[in-house]
Amino acid sequence: MDKRELICIGCPLGCPLVVTMEAGEVVSVEGNTCKRGDTYARKEVTNPTRIVTSTVMVEGGSDVTVAVKTQTDVPKAKIFECMKALKGVTVKAPVHIGDVIVANVADTGVDFVATSNVE
Amino acid sequence: MKAYDIVIIGGGPAGLAAAVAAKKSGVDSILILERDKELGGILNQCIHNGFGLHTFKEELTGPEYAARFIDQVKELGIEYRLHTMVMDISHDKVVTAMNREDGMFTIPAKAVILAMGCRERSRGALNIPGYRPAGIYSAGTAQRLVNREGFMPGREVVILGSGDIGLIMARRMTFEGAKVKVVAELMPYSGGLKRNIVQCLNDYDIPLKLSHTVVDIRGKERLTGVTIAQVDGKGKPIPGTEEDYDCDTLLLSCGLIPENELSRDAGVEMSPVTSGPIVNESLETSIDGVFACGNVLHVHDLVDFVSEEAGAAGRNAAAFVKGERSADAGRVIQMNPIEGVRYTVPSKIHPDQMDDSLTVRFRVGGVYKNCYISVYFDDERVIHRKRPVVAPGEMEEIRLEKAKLQSCPDLKTITVKIEEA
Repeated sequence: MDKRELICIGCPLGCPLVVTMEAGEVVSVEGNTCKRGDTYARKEVTNPTRIVTSTVMVEGGSDVTVAVKTQTDVPKAKIFECMKALKGVTVKAPVHIGDVIVANVADTGVDFVATSNVE
Repeated sequence: MKAYDIVIIGGGPAGLAAAVAAKKSGVDSILILERDKELGGILNQCIHNGFGLHTFKEELTGPEYAARFIDQVKELGIEYRLHTMVMDISHDKVVTAMNREDGMFTIPAKAVILAMGCRERSRGALNIPGYRPAGIYSAGTAQRLVNREGFMPGREVVILGSGDIGLIMARRMTFEGAKVKVVAELMPYSGGLKRNIVQCLNDYDIPLKLSHTVVDIRGKERLTGVTIAQVDGKGKPIPGTEEDYDCDTLLLSCGLIPENELSRDAGVEMSPVTSGPIVNESLETSIDGVFACGNVLHVHDLVDFVSEEAGAAGRNAAAFVKGERSADAGRVIQMNPIEGVRYTVPSKIHPDQMDDSLTVRFRVGGVYKNCYISVYFDDERVIHRKRPVVAPGEMEEIRLEKAKLQSCPDLKTITVKIEEA
């Protein structure tokens, strides 16, 4: 039996979690106060993932940047590859929340989408 | 200038949620005054995710969260003015404002909602010794430069203070190719949320040095380095513990201060602890019909709670305007924060005027492990809730039920304190 202590990052409450593992398998998760905590703990000890947020430059818009995020979480090990994929990317205004900015970033199957509106 | 039933000062998360709630409560004549070029306030530069889990049951970024409320404001046809700076609020609720189109103008209001937010503690307020070169920014300024203006403030970064914006910027600067060398925190605990320590520092192996501060700043034109030293229990640097860091950028994330110049000038009674107005259960200040919500009232960790609080302020302002409240608010119960509890919002309660359930929010003054949050009705303990850990960086709350307060007609004081196990 192997116990790992984590802090849940599912929401700002930051619940302290204890994951009990046996032979690489999760036996139990304790300390979570919602379902997100259980999901986070199981993922974090097997395949940790994060949502990546950043910005890209916009041409001809009301703002010079538009905020973007990976539509869903991507493997932690691929964060910097995702960031690299945004390097030099410039989009033309208008851009709206949900517009795909970079598709299938770093072969994750996940798209970078806009999270702000630029007219 | 036209008169309005409710004038809301500030179009950030608090102002937006207050406006939506007031409109839904049946008040049509509402005006939001915002000094920036757009609605949404600080959320527009908070591009990271983690907003909205309580309000929308999904995880949004700052601009997405703001857009949800901005869309509602527009759909409901609530009026707002951008690029408009409020100069004064008089005791009888005449708002003086100015912008480039209308010049200086006055707006009489039946109710005013203060939603001006807060600002960052500056280098000047921190009294850091050393030179005054370029390259020293508040964390929020750096956040604006990177996320909104598309500039990188520097490449080699030291961060003083472990507030949430500093932690978020440690990760953001790392993403953009900067090297964040260390985060120094004067206190023996972090001022930020635990989740941000995990996902912004630990994920990228950025060291957090607790009980450390910046004791020297070097560089004539541009910052070239800082010296960090350990501090003793009184926050005094310990000689011999100094370490030099070469860097071109120093970010300061050392606390937020509610922006209350307008409130003070209007004669609103202020709390020396929160630097925000003193409010009752209706989030009403010492001036009848002037309400406060969001970070201007007390600095929050979560925008979700700002929206909730602002919604209450909006509903209460609507009830005030519509004359739904009785002239006599009835008896008053004082909140009494002691022994580890620094303040409560609200700080007094009229049981006859409160909602069926009231959330009282507060912060503690230190880190307490395996403690109890206790609430006393006069001398009788009515809540005794065990907590594994409470810390100043995380806001706490208790709930009070109207029925319970009404069943205690002689109740004078509600004491909230931390009791060790």
